[in-house]
Amino acid sequence: MKKLLFMFGLLLSLTVQANEDVHLDKAPINPSNLPSLQRGAKVFVNYCLNCHSATSMRYNRLKDIGLTDEQIKANLLFAGEKVGETMQVGMKPRDAKAWFGAPPPDLSVIARSRTPDWLYTYLRGFYRDETRPTGWNNVAFANVGMPHALWELQGEQHLQVQETKDIEGNAVVSHHLVLAKPGKMAPAEYDAMVADLVNYLTFMAEPAKSKRLQLGIIVLLALAFFFMIAFALKKEFWKDVH
Amino acid sequence: MANQEVDHSKRRFLIAATAVAGGAATVAVAAPFVMSMLPSERAKAAGAPVEVDIGKIEPGSMITVEWRGKPVWIVNRNQEMLDQLGKIDDKLSDPKLEVPQQPVYTKNATRSIKPNLMVVVGICTHLGCSPSSKLKQGEDGMGSDWPGGFFCPCHGSKFDLAGRVFKGSPAPINLEVPPHHYLSDARLLIGEDAKGA
Amino acid sequence: MNKYLTCALNWVDERFPLTANWKAHLSEYYAPKNFNFWYYFGSLAMLVLVLQIVTGIFLTMHYKPDAALAFASVEYIMRDVSWGWLIRYMHSTGASMFFVVVYLHMFRGLLYGSYRNPRELIWLFGVAIFLCLMGEAFFGYLLPWGQMSYWGAQVIVNLFATIPFVGPDVAEWLRGDYLVSDATLNRFFAFHVIALPLVLLGLVAAHIIALHEVGSNNPDGIEIKKNKDPVTGIPLDGIPFHPYYTVKDIVGVAVFLIVFSAIVFFAPEMGGYFLEANNFVPADPLKTPAHIAPVWYFTPYYSILRAVPPLFNSQFPGVVAMGLSVMIFAALPWLDKSPVKSIRYRGAQYKGWLAAFVVSFLILGYLGTEPSNVWGQFGANVPLLGGADRATVVARMLTVVYFLFFALMPWYTKRDKTKPVPERVTG
Repeated sequence: MKKLLFMFGLLLSLTVQANEDVHLDKAPINPSNLPSLQRGAKVFVNYCLNCHSATSMRYNRLKDIGLTDEQIKANLLFAGEKVGETMQVGMKPRDAKAWFGAPPPDLSVIARSRTPDWLYTYLRGFYRDETRPTGWNNVAFANVGMPHALWELQGEQHLQVQETKDIEGNAVVSHHLVLAKPGKMAPAEYDAMVADLVNYLTFMAEPAKSKRLQLGIIVLLALAFFFMIAFALKKEFWKDVH
Repeated sequence: MANQEVDHSKRRFLIAATAVAGGAATVAVAAPFVMSMLPSERAKAAGAPVEVDIGKIEPGSMITVEWRGKPVWIVNRNQEMLDQLGKIDDKLSDPKLEVPQQPVYTKNATRSIKPNLMVVVGICTHLGCSPSSKLKQGEDGMGSDWPGGFFCPCHGSKFDLAGRVFKGSPAPINLEVPPHHYLSDARLLIGEDAKGA
Repeated sequence: MNKYLTCALNWVDERFPLTANWKAHLSEYYAPKNFNFWYYFGSLAMLVLVLQIVTGIFLTMHYKPDAALAFASVEYIMRDVSWGWLIRYMHSTGASMFFVVVYLHMFRGLLYGSYRNPRELIWLFGVAIFLCLMGEAFFGYLLPWGQMSYWGAQVIVNLFATIPFVGPDVAEWLRGDYLVSDATLNRFFAFHVIALPLVLLGLVAAHIIALHEVGSNNPDGIEIKKNKDPVTGIPLDGIPFHPYYTVKDIVGVAVFLIVFSAIVFFAPEMGGYFLEANNFVPADPLKTPAHIAPVWYFTPYYSILRAVPPLFNSQFPGVVAMGLSVMIFAALPWLDKSPVKSIRYRGAQYKGWLAAFVVSFLILGYLGTEPSNVWGQFGANVPLLGGADRATVVARMLTVVYFLFFALMPWYTKRDKTKPVPERVTG
């Protein structure tokens, strides 16, 4: 019964809202930029695939972004997987739960549930927060369980809270990320790498998308042609009625 | 209704045009549905060629690997075994390999690419059981004139050490040799002909 | 060639009334000659039904109705099955387009009084088809086993739990478990792929048989059978369905397919209205998404559910109101007392009420997709409403309008100043 009441609270709750609105940066991605997708795939395999799986994605689907079987084998397979296999992860879900509080989500369709812009903001939004168990927090995902896997590349950011007054004298709080310790990459370089990664994640969420868009144009043209014939046929017959 | 002449030829033309366009559209829509029933990427991955390390098979012994859910036997035949192959032609149903149960590149005396290495699908051509190996000459229960080979426990079919069926077996034809080729001396790929073969 | 065809046809006709049926339902079924735009949606609904059945059969070949496998099997269809993505998008788009077409088809009925004597049974079969379709959509929506699937089913099943006394037991019986689970998924699959489709097909057949018994209504709401040619007995304002309406409907089909394909190929998510982003997260019984909303075609009724305040600590009144808001369509033939059928000859009162109803339906539908605080709250200094959610207050008023459209219909349709109806169809 209690559960029921809870459900109804939920159903009729007047105040539940999505995550407080975070400003999302526009992800500068281009699904037809194959080199970017290939670089993104490499980052994904090197950094993400250690903890996150992509169990719906087969390695040989990377042929869609211009790689050959041999290239996939040589550059992206480390543990003797076959190119036809899906992107599994060695870590056991139970261990993962113990380490991070929740098993890292499968990333096959993450770009469809989260949107590319969110991913782009999130992956660039980690900052040092010693109150968190991992020592990291994130501007797009408050109190996130995931540590900053790319910190060696990006370096360490800190969150700066600034309180200023607007023209009418009201206090305005603004948040800034500042790079406290530089990483191996310059900020612009890091952003470009994240863009490649997000580009890849977006491709992986729906590999058939480019084919879908191409085919759509042909289908619409064919249907427009069919419409013209059908319309002429209708007009001819309806001469009898009018 | 019809207060003006009906142009029948125009109507016939338009009906035909619509029917042809509609028919073409229907076929175009039906094609993806038909193709969706083909083996999926998962099935293709599971049925992909299998790479086998053959360097560790002792002469006179065999290993079994799985390819497309079927057992494939690889026997490293020793000289004694190879000698037997030529002597038993009169006991076999198809010693000359006339039924195409093997790729052309194994249609030879040893029924193999490398003379010593036999590669066959271990599924009886009678009703699909997997025969057991009786590699040794005169092995227990096979009679003293047994030259070594395979025996199907289901209905008693017998095969020699090249997968050829003995006369009098219920199985009608020889065991199948799958497409295969050698990547290197010690690496065999089952499920694919050599490129250009 | 022709001789052999005739011969074969005779052979069949002696054993099965093929020619007789062809004549009765197509070549000698006389439909009013003045059908307009609104009359396309009946045949389009049939087309979508066929599309859903065919795509559904092919999806069933690859889908796994198992809580552990369902989500992944949908992604398997989207990637590993050749052309699976196309079939899946056709099915998901088809579900929404079914409701678009059926809502327009029903609205046509309201415009031209198609539910009036002698077509009450056609209308009742139609309402039954609509209910069945809602069931199909609801059961089918659980199958992808995403977060929205899961929590949507959880909420709707819990509606039954509000029934006094037996509610919780009924909800448990529907789920087959204490929460929405594998058992629920398995039975919803059975309902979705076989039980309801069979009922749906039967109802559609009954709908059409009843229609062809009494003949189609038309935008003038005139019975064309009252004016027949004295010699042939054919209605003077009727034309044979085939070829005239078959060729016309083909044009409608072409236009519909252009819209349908544009969505399938260029916007299958339709901005989150056809496929929701949260449904790309696998179902998690421990974590509710921050904002759950039903798919767009259910949102007007969902708004009504939310709008009705709880009585005696029970949500049951809201559930009853929601049920009633759908079922009340069945009463239309007996609520409408106007001497005319078509909106063309009705007076200002009916037109005003219909407009108010449509506006209410659309705004309720919009509000149902949003959280109730979407428009903020009234200021504390507003009398009576201070602090209340603006959207909830609006939804309450529109719910009242929605029901008054039906409840007051016997009075305003009788008092309305109608225009004289011509003898023969116009236009």
